[in-house]
Amino acid sequence: MKNKLLHIKNLSKTYHSKKTEVEAIKDINLDIYDKEFISIVGPSGCGKSTILSILSGLEEKSNGTFSFQKDVTIGYMLQNDSLFFWRNILDNCLIGLEVTGQLTEESKAYVISLLKTYGLGDFMEQYPSSLSGGMRQRVALIRTLALKPDILLLDEPMSALDYQSRLAISDDIYNIIKKEGKTAIMVTHDIAEAISMSDRIVVLSKRPSVVKKIYDIHLTNKSTPIHNRKCKEFSEYYDKIWRDLDVHL
Amino acid sequence: MSTYSLEHKKYIKKLRREKIIVTFFRFLIIVIFLVGWELLAQWKITNTFLSSSPSRVISTTIGLIRDGSLFHHIGITLYEVGISFMIATLIGILVASILWRMPILARILDPYLTILNSLPKVALGPLIIIWVGASMNSIIFMSLLISAFITIINIYNGFLATDQSYITLLRSFHATKWQIFKKVIFPSNYTTIINALKINISMNLIGVIMGELLVSKSGLGYLIMYGSQVFNIDLVITGVVILGIISYLMYFIVDKLEVFVANKRS
Ligand SMILES: Nc1ncnc2c1ncn2[C@@H]1O[C@H](COP(=O)(O)OP(=O)(O)OP(=O)(O)O)[C@@H](O)[C@H]1O
Ligand SMILES: [Mg+2]
Repeated sequence: MKNKLLHIKNLSKTYHSKKTEVEAIKDINLDIYDKEFISIVGPSGCGKSTILSILSGLEEKSNGTFSFQKDVTIGYMLQNDSLFFWRNILDNCLIGLEVTGQLTEESKAYVISLLKTYGLGDFMEQYPSSLSGGMRQRVALIRTLALKPDILLLDEPMSALDYQSRLAISDDIYNIIKKEGKTAIMVTHDIAEAISMSDRIVVLSKRPSVVKKIYDIHLTNKSTPIHNRKCKEFSEYYDKIWRDLDVHL
Repeated sequence: MSTYSLEHKKYIKKLRREKIIVTFFRFLIIVIFLVGWELLAQWKITNTFLSSSPSRVISTTIGLIRDGSLFHHIGITLYEVGISFMIATLIGILVASILWRMPILARILDPYLTILNSLPKVALGPLIIIWVGASMNSIIFMSLLISAFITIINIYNGFLATDQSYITLLRSFHATKWQIFKKVIFPSNYTTIINALKINISMNLIGVIMGELLVSKSGLGYLIMYGSQVFNIDLVITGVVILGIISYLMYFIVDKLEVFVANKRS
């Protein structure tokens, strides 16, 4: 029934530097299905970003395999919004299309429609410095969506924001992703954020990391992330994942 | 617009008062200096044969304008500065880009660049004259030696300091090195480049005057050198004063250009 977009098998990665080598991920096995929202949580430095970097082609894997269903494209939304200060908002969103040679009147119109739909229509000519943190995050997401990726990789997309904006933006980002019908893999260190947004949560172990557990999230009256935090199963998941992460204070 | 608070009006008033004070004292200093210089000369306390006087500088200037040589010399100097500025800028940007593209080459050349940059280039003056000949070419060459290395180093360091996350972003779109250069490295370093050019142009002026002092038959450096050879102090000081005015104007223009570029970009 479910359409498998990505199959990861025994993926491992060791970083080499002059002084030492670091085994970041050891044995990652994971399947991703169409239109799923998956969160990856794990202790800090366990290799969460590494997984996304490998999937997006920024880093070479050391061992194992991963295969996408054919014609599946991915978009990577980095932790840092990295908006170019010398380009206005529209031009920032077009950079991916420019670099990949896909900039046409049509693709540009699509980006403009995205900006308008998601409340940035009046800011297209403005420069990033005049935008709030939350708006910048939305711009970064639209820059990624411009290439019409099937799978979105999100690396702690909200970590630079204050708590209030985090809640609001997680609703925004969630809605955008659902509305555009995308599959998403999100890295986060915020357990509550993961539960409120995801269909499944992957818990990684300490470095060298393996998949410790995978939770299917079933919430009664599931709606948007902010509301999901009030569901009765919420705290139960929270406790379990907290214990899995085994944080020693 | 006219509904500023009283406090704001006071603040504006204070700013204006400060500006008036600054302007007033700026003029006061130059006026006291010129009048003092003139009076000391008039009262024969100083020897005009050795230290000239403002009125003699003015009459020398008028004389130079009359026989047409003033603008000729200024023209030659500016021409030499312009040519060497353009070449040094081109070399600076080009070499910095190549070094950025080839990190290994940059590492190999690093000590040589440092040596060449820190070497006092005047020491090479006599060699340059022998190699290139006593012509305008050797003046431009001297000027290039002085300005090119520092331009390369400044621009290259700017390139290196580019925010790594911009580069990662482009790499996530599988950009080529050339695309990264064109879309990130260069545009994010406009300010660095303008600053490097600001230093470059004053270096060029220094180099050109140094070259003219050594070899030339025209230009402001020559005028000063010639004046000292025939012991015409009026001519020497006139040359120095005009040089001062020109270098200030050049700085002024580059500064305005920078503000103009900055405004266009935000
Ligand atoms: N380019 C690199 N070279 C060497 N070591 C690296 C490199 N990138 C990451 N590492 C190391 O690999 C390990 C995993 O890094 P990674 O950034 O994937 O972890 P993370 O789970 O995303 O951490 P965080 O929670 O801090 O975001 C860390 O110990 C890190 O120091
Ligand atoms: Mg990370």
